[in-house]
Amino acid sequence: MLALEIEELSKTFSVGFWKKRPRCVLKPLNLAVEEGEVFGYLGPNGAGKTTTLKILMGLVYPTTGTARIFGHSIDRPEAKLNIGFSPEQPYFYDHLTAQELLEYYGQLSGIPAGDRSRRAAAALHRVGLKDIDRLQLRKFSKGMLQRASLAQAILHDPKFLFLDEPMSGLDPIGRREVRDLIQELKDEGKTVFFSTHILSDAETLCDRVAVLDRGELRGVGVVRELLQQSEKSVEILWHGEAARVELEQLGAKVRSSGEMTQAVLPHERLDAALDALRKNRARIESVNPVRHSLEDYFLQKLDNPQPAHVEVARS
Amino acid sequence: MSRILAVAFNTYREAVRDRVLYNLIVFALLIVGSALLFGQISLEIERIVLINMGLTSISIFGIVISIFIGIGLVWKEIERRTLYTVLAHPVRRWEFIFGKYLGLLGTLTLNALLMAVGFFAALLYLSHTFSRPDLYILVAIYFILLQFMMMTAVAMLYSTYSSPLLSSIFAFSTFVIGTFSEDLHNFAAASQGATKWIMTAVAYIVPNFSSLNVVSQVAHGTPVLGALVLQNTVYAFTYSVVLLLCAAAVFENRNFK
Repeated sequence: MLALEIEELSKTFSVGFWKKRPRCVLKPLNLAVEEGEVFGYLGPNGAGKTTTLKILMGLVYPTTGTARIFGHSIDRPEAKLNIGFSPEQPYFYDHLTAQELLEYYGQLSGIPAGDRSRRAAAALHRVGLKDIDRLQLRKFSKGMLQRASLAQAILHDPKFLFLDEPMSGLDPIGRREVRDLIQELKDEGKTVFFSTHILSDAETLCDRVAVLDRGELRGVGVVRELLQQSEKSVEILWHGEAARVELEQLGAKVRSSGEMTQAVLPHERLDAALDALRKNRARIESVNPVRHSLEDYFLQKLDNPQPAHVEVARS
Repeated sequence: MSRILAVAFNTYREAVRDRVLYNLIVFALLIVGSALLFGQISLEIERIVLINMGLTSISIFGIVISIFIGIGLVWKEIERRTLYTVLAHPVRRWEFIFGKYLGLLGTLTLNALLMAVGFFAALLYLSHTFSRPDLYILVAIYFILLQFMMMTAVAMLYSTYSSPLLSSIFAFSTFVIGTFSEDLHNFAAASQGATKWIMTAVAYIVPNFSSLNVVSQVAHGTPVLGALVLQNTVYAFTYSVVLLLCAAAVFENRNFK
């Protein structure tokens, strides 16, 4: 079952005081997320990630298009019964303690009164907020607020979590704990949709990622396949510039730096390249398979001015 | 209903923790000081002065709170982005508006009732006993609560689309004009042509606080007619609900960028 279906969703704001002019922040977006997936929504600042999440949460109305969460249109309250949302740079009622805040959200989510206190304490414990019974949120650090935000998102045990930059403001230990939490949620069968520009986190956690730039979807891919695909290239490093021309004729991308020359070429042409280097008596330093990271995919999608063919749902 | 009450209770709790009820201390000092002072003067008018001053204080303290907190009720939630996580729950936007409204109204009602207790204690200190005309004071306090109901709705409406500075100017202007709404009606009746139409329209649009002010009347022990109580009740409820629906409609269409 699809957890999230987005069809032709777009947003154009009117800007200017007297003379209004349109500013498109999200071009028609088509996307689908399957139940149980951890889906990374990647993009540089201003790409439209937060706008998408705000539309899905009902904070901003779309100019065109529709979206459904577990089959419920996002403009229906039923769509929000099974979701948890943690916004970017969370702000809360600073007169409350974290326990009071979660009990308040528990009431909004329809958690029975007798159960609220226990579940709030459990959620706080799960995100690592302990011994803060009397501390009002106004005295929380940025990292503690981020944890409180995650606690309120998981409080009512939703099936689908929307997390906007969940690692923002966290120290390395906090980031690791949040990563573990997302992994635990995935293991429990939850669907997680999170936006981030920390690509290593996305690479570790996500089943699939989408890359967004300037309001436009550049591509969607299965992380495992993207990483495997990249291993079909090899990198050769040698001293001097001998055999450069021969390797370029083999289709290698050759770059010299100081005394060293580097060539990246398809794996099947490795033998021919090595033959050429031996023939020219080049001193080979190393031969390694190229392991592309998600960052390479991300940058490749951003460099490409035209949107790539977009795979909407996993087949 | 549970969600509206949750928002209302949170609004009330915020007001209390932001020390809004501290105004009670000022009020208590004012009333105790007045009672002691008037007790020493011991003229025939001391009761009238105390009732006038006590009820006017309850009204002014409440109106000021309703405006200053009311204008920030929604705006603050948007600016601080506390709204984001609330609306991500299955809360309808109109439920949020009604919850915020009820929360502030509850705070104002509690505030006014605590003031009323202090006021009656001062009155007892001065008169040594309660008499039947003192019951009319309760009607005057009820009318003051109706004023809070309307004024909070006005402030809330402004809060849904305007900054606190502009909202406070609009809200105070509305209160002042509403206080003189009877004069507006009289002026409209005496005018002609377009002026008559405009003044009549303004007189009906602004809240009519004139008919809700019976402080002077009850201070002199004059009864308040049951028909006026009914009329004011219907008017205040209708006016507040219409304004809240307008606030909800404005809020419903907003994008929270």
